[in-house]
Amino acid sequence: MGRYVIRRLIQMAPVFIGSTFLIFMMVFALGDPVAALFGDKAPDPATAARIREELYLDQPLWKQYLHYMGQIFQGDFGTAFNGQPVTELMAAAYPVTLRLTMVAIFIELVVGITLGVLSGLKRGHFIDSSVLVLTLVVISIPTFVSGYVLQYLFGVKWDVIRPTVSVDAPLNELILPGIVLALVSLAYVTRLTRTSIAENVRADYLRTAVAKGLPRRRIITRHLLRNSLIPVVTFIGTDIGSLMGGAIVTETIFNIHGVGYQIYQGILRNNAPTVVGFVTILVIVFLIANLLVDLLYAVLDPRIRYA
Amino acid sequence: MPLLEVRDLHVEFHTRDGVAKAVNGVSYSVDAGETLAVLGESGSGKSVTAQAIMGILDIPPGKITGGEILFQGRDLLKLKEDERRKVRGAEMAMIFQDALSSLNPVLSVGDQLGEMFVVHRGMSKKDAKAKAVELMDRVRIPAAKERVGQYPHQFSGGMRQRIMIAMAMALEPALIIADEPTTALDVTVQAQVMDLLAELQQEFHMGLILITHDLGVVADVADKIAVMYAGRIVEHAPVHDIYKAPAHPYTRGLLDSIPRLDQKGEELYAIKGLPPNLMAIPPGCAFNPRCPRAQDICRTDEPPLFRVTEDGARRSACHFWRETLRDA
Repeated sequence: MGRYVIRRLIQMAPVFIGSTFLIFMMVFALGDPVAALFGDKAPDPATAARIREELYLDQPLWKQYLHYMGQIFQGDFGTAFNGQPVTELMAAAYPVTLRLTMVAIFIELVVGITLGVLSGLKRGHFIDSSVLVLTLVVISIPTFVSGYVLQYLFGVKWDVIRPTVSVDAPLNELILPGIVLALVSLAYVTRLTRTSIAENVRADYLRTAVAKGLPRRRIITRHLLRNSLIPVVTFIGTDIGSLMGGAIVTETIFNIHGVGYQIYQGILRNNAPTVVGFVTILVIVFLIANLLVDLLYAVLDPRIRYA
Repeated sequence: MPLLEVRDLHVEFHTRDGVAKAVNGVSYSVDAGETLAVLGESGSGKSVTAQAIMGILDIPPGKITGGEILFQGRDLLKLKEDERRKVRGAEMAMIFQDALSSLNPVLSVGDQLGEMFVVHRGMSKKDAKAKAVELMDRVRIPAAKERVGQYPHQFSGGMRQRIMIAMAMALEPALIIADEPTTALDVTVQAQVMDLLAELQQEFHMGLILITHDLGVVADVADKIAVMYAGRIVEHAPVHDIYKAPAHPYTRGLLDSIPRLDQKGEELYAIKGLPPNLMAIPPGCAFNPRCPRAQDICRTDEPPLFRVTEDGARRSACHFWRETLRDA
């Protein structure tokens, strides 16, 4: 197990370098950061040249990248155009997005698994068909539609919640955005659970559990769920990574000042240090989440052992 | 009073394509300490009967449409599900064919064995684990104490089937149903597992229903045999009588399909044709389309289970059982 983790961590290095370099390249290919710094005004050529030299922008791209990476490992993600250090922006944004992701994951787990178990156990019944149709509808609606519609209905028309989230983003204001963020994955979790349950219900070991005279409750929780939830849990694990990065639309709709919002603003203003910095951290989060999922898999399924 | 008596059991499966009559009036009984072998091809209804006895039939599509299952004098079919559940595992237990798929892959064998004591006897987890080790010792699994925490996939096929046996024996039930317990095993291991099963049966004086399609397994351990075809018993007899002289052409066919050393080099006999479609069982005797003795009467009149011996210990559902017996 220990050796496996070390091997995986080593494998992460090329993925990390490759993906960050690509991001670095793409962001700088977007335009001239110095020009962006001055907005609509044309910069004075002498000042521009000075800034270029200060920020290593006169160096070749690979040198810039190396310098940037060197700085990152010293904890310096550079400075955003408004003069704030990027790390400060991160310290404000990541906890917000993390909270939003947790709300979404919680909803996925509770609602998705419950619906999945119900429809999986009652295959072909009314509840199963309704859940199937419902998930199909949810999967087909893009987040920017469901987000705006729910925001309008709950925030404006019925006035049950604040339509936008305040800067501190307290948990209770994140419930609706959490639902919006969870919706698509929620449908997948439901379907995955349903298939997995329906498959395991017919398994021989479940028949054994019945033949042992176990109470129905115990058969379902201990024998059926334990086996059926392995793929679900691993899906949700990988989803943590994609939810954190994929919250851009949701965060923009609800004006949540999280990671997605910052990246969006960064792209809009061609603010390279913010974009590259935030995405780099996302890459790390994603890689670690994937590793944890693989390790979790081995814990849940004893047949899988890593050497 | 026999330990278990099945009377005129009928089971149907309602599917999209129609109604499959899986069990059509099966009656048999088992005493304590006795072994009944139930023989038949796939689809003969032998496993479905067993599942009906255990109460683990999938309902729907399955449906018990008639009959009684008397266990220690009680009709199991009249019990409430909760009472029925308490009988399962504790008073009657079942051993399945494929131990690997029949054991839960993500729970340790100790958990799965101990669960019997936790659920039915209200034992603590710790005591149940000690019981599990004891059981594993009983079925002669080496290093039981070290292996109790291991998972099914870490055991060999024979060892896994021993665990299944241990699980069935856990609460010393009065009746064990073994559904092809050795089919999935190597020949060398088969004998060991059968010996173990027979030994434990003797020790606890249990009734044993051994479901198999392997006549070789039956000869050594069974007291009596019920041969099933298309959901009915076609021949019922003490074990030695059947081997000496079958009273039904189907049993004859089964016996002739066993490879024999003295017929080396000859083509192995096989009963021609296929078992009938359970949604369209032929009228008369269900075996008539495949039977070498079939006459007109076989195609029209369904033969009852004739008494071959006075006491009724030996029975045959063939219009021509006398002739079959004579020619044997």
